[in-house]
Amino acid sequence: MQVVFAACACISILAIFLICIFLFANGLPGMAKIGFGKFLGGTVWRPANNLYGILPMIVASIEVTIGALIIGIVIGVLTAIFLAFFCPKKLYAVLKPGINLLAGIPSVVYGFFGLMVVVPMIRNTAGGAGLSMLAACIILGIMILPTIITMSETALRAVPTSYYEGSLGLGATHERSIFRVVVPAAKSGIFAGIILGVGRAIGETMAVIMIAGNQAVMPHSLFAGVRTMTANIVLEMGYATDLHRQALIATAVVLFVFILIINICFSILKNKGDHH
Amino acid sequence: MSNQTPHGKGEAKVLKALVWAAGIITMAVLLVIVLTVLINGLPHIKPSLFSIHYNTKNVSLFPAMINTLTMVGLSLLFAAPIGIFSAVYLAEYAKRGSKFVAFIRLTSETLTGIPSIIFGIFGMLMFVDACHMGYSMLAGALTLALMILPVIMRATEEALHAVPDSYREGSFGLGAGKLRTIFKIVLPAATPGILAGVILGVGRVVGETAALIYTAGTVAQIPKNIMGSGRTLAVHMYSLWTEGMNVDQSYATAVVLLVVVIILNLISDLIAKKVNKANQ
Repeated sequence: MQVVFAACACISILAIFLICIFLFANGLPGMAKIGFGKFLGGTVWRPANNLYGILPMIVASIEVTIGALIIGIVIGVLTAIFLAFFCPKKLYAVLKPGINLLAGIPSVVYGFFGLMVVVPMIRNTAGGAGLSMLAACIILGIMILPTIITMSETALRAVPTSYYEGSLGLGATHERSIFRVVVPAAKSGIFAGIILGVGRAIGETMAVIMIAGNQAVMPHSLFAGVRTMTANIVLEMGYATDLHRQALIATAVVLFVFILIINICFSILKNKGDHH
Repeated sequence: MSNQTPHGKGEAKVLKALVWAAGIITMAVLLVIVLTVLINGLPHIKPSLFSIHYNTKNVSLFPAMINTLTMVGLSLLFAAPIGIFSAVYLAEYAKRGSKFVAFIRLTSETLTGIPSIIFGIFGMLMFVDACHMGYSMLAGALTLALMILPVIMRATEEALHAVPDSYREGSFGLGAGKLRTIFKIVLPAATPGILAGVILGVGRVVGETAALIYTAGTVAQIPKNIMGSGRTLAVHMYSLWTEGMNVDQSYATAVVLLVVVIILNLISDLIAKKVNKANQ
């Protein structure tokens, strides 16, 4: 039986291996045909004219992720501090399951919420269609909240109470002790949560498709529509053939490489946190 | 606390206000999301939405509900045994700190971080094309099984580690072998924790869209068998929205999805409470 257990454990290795092989084997030839420079650096995506530049999508993905992070980090880390040190017990009993629910809401439902609330809000205040990079940033910021909150709260609670008590003993207030002593001590755990959030934001697909506008042009304004790499894949895969299809798979390869880099950063930070 | 400088007190007040504001914003966001879905969706829930067969008149979401159940069952059929057995290997057999174990952990962690659209493209290339399954429930379920595998693995491993060693020693002392100890003593003791992982997996399957569109396809009927294409609720909602003809029914589907997710969360909270009580 031990062999069966070990074999099952090998399936996750096999899965990663297969994902790499299938993606690279199907994506790289297309990328080579288009030309790596033209594909990664090209600013025009027009499959009908055989122009496959995904730079606008790469830039959009990165910018949307940064926007989401600004919202997610500020609210997320502060909420985690609130949960760990300020929240009354009764409120905690409601807020904590609420955050778990936030993590469980499907991305299409987030997209729907974006369409009903965020997009009209932007349309009314800034004009334009409202389907915009800003809408995507706000929704993604909300979507990565639970990840950042949960990871940060765990990290904050793992800091020995002696740190906090020592600071109090030196005459610092409760608030100052937490912000100047406990939060810095939980730094690597909080960063790990943020990096997980980066992964979620850059890989999110359905919600972004519904609210970002999807124009495959260089992002030039917060209020203009953008198309991320993920959106590009889903929007066109249904009818793409030949080189167009290969270019879409190659887009997935680029996204995959981004994710691998993010994962490596995450493991490094996590190991750092474990050593403390 | 009595001999504070005024500066320290002012700072404390600002910081306190900040964290309270953040907590309230988080809570408010959740409330607004839930209310938006309910207010926009509930008026559109009609009996015709639950007709047995989908047609363009009733836009029934019933087939999608059945497909969601099938998808959950099928993907668990693959992911649960493999995930639990992997965790048994990691927790009960493998030597701590071995390179092999570290490698398995690294891969399962990597698997956790891969976005669903990448799984979708992989499933399309491997199961739909290379294995000639076509757009089918089976191809979708296999893809999702890989997605939820690390979730189940991790929860099970943690649950197994939480079982006290005295259980194992007692069982060995009574003459039971290792395998019998695992199946009769350790796994039953770890069941709530394993269940929590499985429910987390179920939640991911229910909410998944991007990984299914190009693996299980978007046919709005119940397929005859698992080699047929069928859309789950989440895919149904997205498809209705893209088609643009039946947006109201798309909102109604959002309500159903949200209710399912809330129920799943309640169950997992209940289990978590049980686990905590048992550990104390």
